[in-house]
Amino acid sequence: MELFLHQIFSGLATGAIYAAVALAVVMIFLAIDHFNFAQGEMAMFSTFICWALIDAGLPYWVAFVLTIGISFAGGIAIERILFRPLHAAPVLSHIIAFLGLFFILNNGAGWIWDFTIKPMASPFPEGSISGLIGYHEIGMIGIVLIMLALLYLFFRYTSVGLAMRAAAQNPESAKLCGISVGWMIALGWGMASAIGAVGGILIAPVVFLEPNMMLGILLYGFAAAIVGGITNPAGAVAGGFMVGVLENLVGTYIPFVGSELKLTVALVLIISVLMVKPSGLFGRTTVTRV
Amino acid sequence: MAVMLQVEDLAAYYGPTKVLHGISFTLEEGGITTILGANGAGKTTTLRAVCGMVRATGKVTLAGEAISGLTTESVARRGVAHVPEGRGTFTRLSTEENLRLGAISRRDHDAVEADLERMYNYFPVLRERRLQQAGTLSGGEQQMLAIARALMLRPRLMLLDEPSFGLAPLIVREMFRILRRINEEERVSMLLVEQNAALALDLADTAYLLETGRVAMSGPAKEIVADEQVRRSYLGY
Ligand SMILES: Nc1ncnc2c1ncn2[C@@H]1O[C@H](COP(=O)(O)OP(=O)(O)OP(=O)(O)O)[C@@H](O)[C@H]1O
Ligand SMILES: [Mg+2]
Repeated sequence: MELFLHQIFSGLATGAIYAAVALAVVMIFLAIDHFNFAQGEMAMFSTFICWALIDAGLPYWVAFVLTIGISFAGGIAIERILFRPLHAAPVLSHIIAFLGLFFILNNGAGWIWDFTIKPMASPFPEGSISGLIGYHEIGMIGIVLIMLALLYLFFRYTSVGLAMRAAAQNPESAKLCGISVGWMIALGWGMASAIGAVGGILIAPVVFLEPNMMLGILLYGFAAAIVGGITNPAGAVAGGFMVGVLENLVGTYIPFVGSELKLTVALVLIISVLMVKPSGLFGRTTVTRV
Repeated sequence: MAVMLQVEDLAAYYGPTKVLHGISFTLEEGGITTILGANGAGKTTTLRAVCGMVRATGKVTLAGEAISGLTTESVARRGVAHVPEGRGTFTRLSTEENLRLGAISRRDHDAVEADLERMYNYFPVLRERRLQQAGTLSGGEQQMLAIARALMLRPRLMLLDEPSFGLAPLIVREMFRILRRINEEERVSMLLVEQNAALALDLADTAYLLETGRVAMSGPAKEIVADEQVRRSYLGY
């Protein structure tokens, strides 16, 4: 029982990491209708910026907020400079652009900050609640839930949020309403980049900061987003926690899985969910009449 | 009388295919002009060309300002509301969100609330469906929603692509009554594309007949109705 509880809580803790990444994945999917394979590298790069700002002597929260701002602007810049000119190009060109971005950020970070592991500070106190879950993990879960709530309020109650949803759903009609669809997409990039930055900054104290820190995590983030329903931010967060817990339980209780096959579990999970429910567990299937 | 919309030598293309071959027409401020023609004549393309949705050449002037070459969203922000073919519903959003989107470029927020109320009075069924996902509305209800969404812009000019499509005869008459009222009370100019030629000619003051991307005939709506031969050969009634 003790072991079971422990695995659940540590699953929730890693789940919070996946949830943060999944939230960024969903955000970009809502804006551009496909995955951003460089999402993890963008988050990693942002985390390095935060680390550098702290290293330069800024207080943690100042660096945190500054990094979010820089990442937001950076996300918009990437869309305007790299993807905007490609918007009518075939999907293959986009994939190449994503790969290019991936390597630029990955190698760029290695070149600027080198490939040695850096310790990243946590804003939360050390220690844990009766050995079950650490304060950093609790703080991480809290921040992910706050981001989710803010996103909900933004999309539900602001007119920019409404315009973004309209632009993603029906670009042609959105233009007829006077919405600049191109800028809505750029805004989606900015927001995804900012959310990814928060994710990266919170993950780094757990996994250590280095250019390849997001490789495995992004895959779990994709899994979480798909499991939860790729167009549903709340589903993605729930999916993140589920993947985290499931991964831990399976690794502990099914002997032959162990820690080596954990990544396979994520992939099996994606495929099973897609087979049973293509829109994800919490995804909405649209009822449409024509 | 001032001119609301002046179109000169408008040509339009889908890829390499030219489907409009230089058409010209004029719409007086506060007037209603109808464009009639067989399927595939280029009526929808004409409306799409006016708001920058297809590649086009020629000159389009809105109340004295050249708007050819502008993006679709800039044309909309200049007060041109397009009720597109196929209704353009935001299917996953609620009815009310659809209506609010129509007014999203406006800054007079109090007036928007009042207009929302006005739309619910024009189309009471939309009030009943206020919070329903718009994709689940019936075809006719979505058509009303499309017109109400366009009106939420407080347009100077409305482009209507077959507003009667899929509506029951009784509703069609009600809708045309509402269009006439909006035209008279709010001085909204209208460019109307219709299959129902009789209704369109009754509402419009001027008519143009399109035939494979060219203007085959034009004149005051009354004269076209009166010309039995034109009616028989072009309009089929
Ligand atoms: N997206 C498109 N790609 C290629 N050709 C098109 C496209 N849309 C329309 N066309 C062609 O352009 C011509 C004019 O089409 P348009 O839709 O303007 O006709 P319409 O007068 O509105 O017809 P209807 O009464 O059936 O709505 C047609 O020959 C059609 O085949
Ligand atoms: Mg048509």
